Amino acid sequence: MSVIATTPKFKENVHAALIDARLQGALSFSRNFTNRRAAAAERLPEFEALRDSARAIKDHTLAHLDLYLDAYEQKVRESGGQIHYAEDAEEARRIIIDLCKSFGAKSVTKGKSMIAEEIGLNDALEAAGMEPVETDLGEYIIQLRHEAPSHIIAPAIHVTKKDVEEEFRKAHRDLPANRDLSQPEQLLAEARAILRAKFLAADVGITGANFLIAETGTSIIVTNEGNGDLTQILPKAHIVIASIEKIVPTLEDAAQLLRVLARSATGQDASVYTTLSTGPRRPDDPDGPSAYHVVILDNGRSNMLGGEFEDMLRCIRCGACMNHCPVYQAVGGHAYGWVYPGPMGAVLTPSLIGVAEGGQLPNASTFCGRCEQVCPVRIPLPKLMRHWREREFERRLSPAPLRYGLAFWAFFARRPALYRFATSIAARSLNLLGRGKGRLSWAPLAGGWTDYRDLAAPQGRTFQSQWRAKSGAVK
Amino acid sequence: MNARDAIFANIRRSLGVKGDEAPRRFEVEARLAKAPPGVVPNRGQGDVEARLATFKAEAERAQATVEVVESLNDAPEAVARFLRDNNCPATLRMGADARLAAMAWGATALEILHGASDGHDLNATAFAFAGIAETGTLALVSGPDNPTTLNFLPDNEIVILKKDEIVADYESVFAKMRGAYGKGGTPRTLNFVTGPSRSADIEQTLLLGAHGPRRLHIVIVG
Repeated sequence: MSVIATTPKFKENVHAALIDARLQGALSFSRNFTNRRAAAAERLPEFEALRDSARAIKDHTLAHLDLYLDAYEQKVRESGGQIHYAEDAEEARRIIIDLCKSFGAKSVTKGKSMIAEEIGLNDALEAAGMEPVETDLGEYIIQLRHEAPSHIIAPAIHVTKKDVEEEFRKAHRDLPANRDLSQPEQLLAEARAILRAKFLAADVGITGANFLIAETGTSIIVTNEGNGDLTQILPKAHIVIASIEKIVPTLEDAAQLLRVLARSATGQDASVYTTLSTGPRRPDDPDGPSAYHVVILDNGRSNMLGGEFEDMLRCIRCGACMNHCPVYQAVGGHAYGWVYPGPMGAVLTPSLIGVAEGGQLPNASTFCGRCEQVCPVRIPLPKLMRHWREREFERRLSPAPLRYGLAFWAFFARRPALYRFATSIAARSLNLLGRGKGRLSWAPLAGGWTDYRDLAAPQGRTFQSQWRAKSGAVK
Repeated sequence: MNARDAIFANIRRSLGVKGDEAPRRFEVEARLAKAPPGVVPNRGQGDVEARLATFKAEAERAQATVEVVESLNDAPEAVARFLRDNNCPATLRMGADARLAAMAWGATALEILHGASDGHDLNATAFAFAGIAETGTLALVSGPDNPTTLNFLPDNEIVILKKDEIVADYESVFAKMRGAYGKGGTPRTLNFVTGPSRSADIEQTLLLGAHGPRRLHIVIVG
């Protein structure tokens, strides 16, 4: 790991997010994403079959990852590209910095890449005396704010229009101070003009990859803005940074995954630009990079293969799980404290930075199961979060009140008569506390819940006694 | 051990690969050779007229504009009219594509510029490798005929597409590409373009013309 994680302070982060009125306003976006995804899925009768196909392709590739990686590497070399391997973030940063230096780079444009976030690339480029320029509009905005992305496909989802205007006035000091920036169109036009000059001046362009194709040695990027393309075709060198699980066997396999990616992410049938790049500029090409390098990052992923978290390596980073997550919608992405938020982050973060650091995240789930329902590659996210909870508990990493609480509950659970007696007392007292409103805004020892929302008060008798009464009536 | 060897060794250890690998290798080679198509949506399928109708509807859904003309000879006037109607300057940059070169641009008032863009062109035109009915998507390939910079730097991109090169799906483009570049071969860049550039990064407001073209006009020739 390289980006400093605030994940161990998850509870504090959540508290801060819940009382941040501005953030709570910005988080009302999620309806857009969920409605559009549902409409796109509805419009394509083959959507569910494509999800099965996508899952099968990923499973097949992961089971043969060494062989496909080897085939991919050969094709990259055949097309005149170069390939580098990095076991961890530090090695990846060193390789990229050395490459940039070898091209005499002063200015480096970047397409949006979560792997670049994972390895903390921008800080490393700056420390090496180069200027990294994020070119995705959302990434550009958060770079100006010195923030991490709060969503994997909409990095500035937590930022309001007013915030963007303030940042642009601070950053673009050469422009007239009295210019009108009240409309989003004006903000976009200003960013377009500023970044156009950066694109044309860049020495090296760095992008991520949505997929790497073993059959052809091709890297694929998907964008709506076209920033990834200007990043990779204008400078003299294009560096791709991608993790090992981005490999797919063939062009046809990539097409299966692309069909579920855009629909799950933004609800588009296809993103505006899907670009397949293979090697550097050919002898008769009038444009394109003269050098093409791919940096393949492991950073803990090869350890996940063959184990109970292997399913997570199918993830294609669409963001549907966080768009549909009630916890993400309540606290936003920054509370998760590292690079990947939401349900996919709750599973991936402990895998990559360790359960001691990231073990709190899998607890931030209501287990409603919507993430699994919408995941294009059918990752059983709730099950994987439960696995982490078990591990955290086994290693005695969970907080003492939780451990004692569970032990207290277990004492009663093993003694059915005592359990029935205690729960019927508790149900009656909570009902009284609710005073007929049916809900509680305060309950003993439940402040963690009732500070932010009401607790439903028990209505009548306990489940067990109702069950006994019902089954008695049937007999 | 270098990083490559360490990563490969760890992958193989995690997967429990040891000893006889022939069946694994066979499976991988077979998939790479056969490239099975998987689930291909029905939406783009049909005869040439059906594919044209689907392509047009899907491209317009993605905010592209589409005009259908009789023949290649009608394309220059259609391009000139589009630029005039949108108050764009009468300049047009294009690559060395022989089909573009054979058109009667002299009959229009357009000033024609050739070669890749340096970022200061307002209008450019390119000849599409194929159109994909399924999603109203253009397939454009790099090279001197249609330089990739023309697809991204100008404000207005006008793409000329032959009606009989509108295929049903992505898989058909890959088949055509293998025919043109050989199995496992590709152009340096293959762009799939669906509508003009856009961003929704400011409060989820969808705006056209983020970094690439603000307008995408497609002239389909019969």
